[in-house]
Amino acid sequence: MAHVHTFCLPHYDQYPVHVALFRNLSNAAFLRSQLLEANPAFDYAFLDADMIVSPNHLKSACFHALHHTMTNTLKARTPHSELVFRLHPNNNIGEAYRKFGIADTTSKLIAVKLALSPDVTKDQVADHLGAVVQGDSVPIGDDAAELAMHTDLKKVKTVYKLNEKKTSANPTTDESERKELEAVILGIMTVKGS
Amino acid sequence: MADNPPREGQPDSTTHILPAPFTTSSLTPMTQGAEALVYKTVFLTPTTPCILKYRPPKPYRHPILDRRLTKARLLAEARVLVRARKEGVPVPAVLGGDWDAGWLALEFIEGRTVRAVLDAWVEGWKNRSREGESVEGEAEMKEFMHRIGHAVGRLHECGIVHGDLTTSNLMVRPSATSHSTSSGVLEQGELDGEIVLIDFGLAVQSTRQTQEEDRAVDLYVLERAFAATHPWAEKMFKEVLEAYKKSYKGAGGSLKKLEGVRLRGRKRSMLG
Ligand SMILES: Nc1ncnc2c1ncn2[C@@H]1O[C@H](COP(=O)(O)OP(=O)(O)O)[C@@H](O)[C@H]1O
Ligand SMILES: [Mg+2]
Repeated sequence: MAHVHTFCLPHYDQYPVHVALFRNLSNAAFLRSQLLEANPAFDYAFLDADMIVSPNHLKSACFHALHHTMTNTLKARTPHSELVFRLHPNNNIGEAYRKFGIADTTSKLIAVKLALSPDVTKDQVADHLGAVVQGDSVPIGDDAAELAMHTDLKKVKTVYKLNEKKTSANPTTDESERKELEAVILGIMTVKGS
Repeated sequence: MADNPPREGQPDSTTHILPAPFTTSSLTPMTQGAEALVYKTVFLTPTTPCILKYRPPKPYRHPILDRRLTKARLLAEARVLVRARKEGVPVPAVLGGDWDAGWLALEFIEGRTVRAVLDAWVEGWKNRSREGESVEGEAEMKEFMHRIGHAVGRLHECGIVHGDLTTSNLMVRPSATSHSTSSGVLEQGELDGEIVLIDFGLAVQSTRQTQEEDRAVDLYVLERAFAATHPWAEKMFKEVLEAYKKSYKGAGGSLKKLEGVRLRGRKRSMLG
């Protein structure tokens, strides 16, 4: 069994979201091939943990994915590919997968499962991920801070084109810089492509 | 947050049917502006407060035109906010939105509007002067004005014109340590907060030709808002301009234009 963290988004709390984090992933290529084959047993968003800045960053992508699912306005083929798509600043789905999705070389993985139907349970997700993902499952605490343990800030800033920019009130600590980055990214994700 | 369900016979903001996913949530109505209904709720986590701005359909407008206009305006508001925040201007973060459905979720700014702070100050000042004391705390107030001028300058510096720069659209976010209450009394240290600009419903990314003029109109609107508070606040406004002048390179040009804008404003009010 893998460790699975479950959260509910306000206003969409009837659709829980299950998340698992893995380190030292050794079968990324296999997992990716299952996505490419559209194997229905692998209906997840598999994300490179490098690219997630904060728990709210991931939650925002989940919110957009759920919202576009519920309002029948998906741009991607499935809710989970919509999740990957919503993270990226522009409208190219392939590029969203290349930047935010699992690659054959990914070693730190975030697996997300939107519980869109009641038969998707925490235990079932924990069982399945535990069986198919080869890597060290990392427990995630209540504040989900572990999701932002592996961020590659340089890569993130490049993708969102935030490189040479100064940010508000000259953030002085790492934590305030991170908060500021999150605030800007949530905005970029919201206005993207419209 | 809110636990009062929509009831019949209440103002519009509580009886409007909100779009998904807010339809069944209970939200706290804040105000009802001309264009948008404003609520307080939470977003992404149960402890992250947010402001929800909803522009309901206008029944008197053609539905297709109405949806197109709503979308364009909300999107413009969101884009300007994202742009400003990227440039480090103190504005609420954009947390989410759906242009077709007409809503926008913004970071909730704690604290009070500059208007409320000025009103509270004027009240306190009246009491103090009745007791025959000198205008104590004037230095803090000047410093407060400087921070307002600086915030407006930062906005203008990145080419954004606010379009409705009143004292109700400027907020004072208390520093994390101080506690502000919503009573009329000015709390100790309340002037120390960070100035945050809100309400970008009429804001534009200004073009080069009209930029200085547009900025000057922003300053003029703010000046009138100060004058409407109290003669004393009107006098203090020069401190706002003082700081504005130093806040970015093109400020001088906008201040020059302000003269002309004032003249035209006066002429118009003389004509009635
Ligand atoms: N981000 C925010 N944080 C806290 N309060 C806000 C925020 N945005 C708006 N408000 C409150 O709601 C009021 C109306 O919102 P505003 O954006 O100015 O809309 P309107 O177009 O109706 O004036 C504001 O004067 C302020 O009191
Ligand atoms: Mg307003």
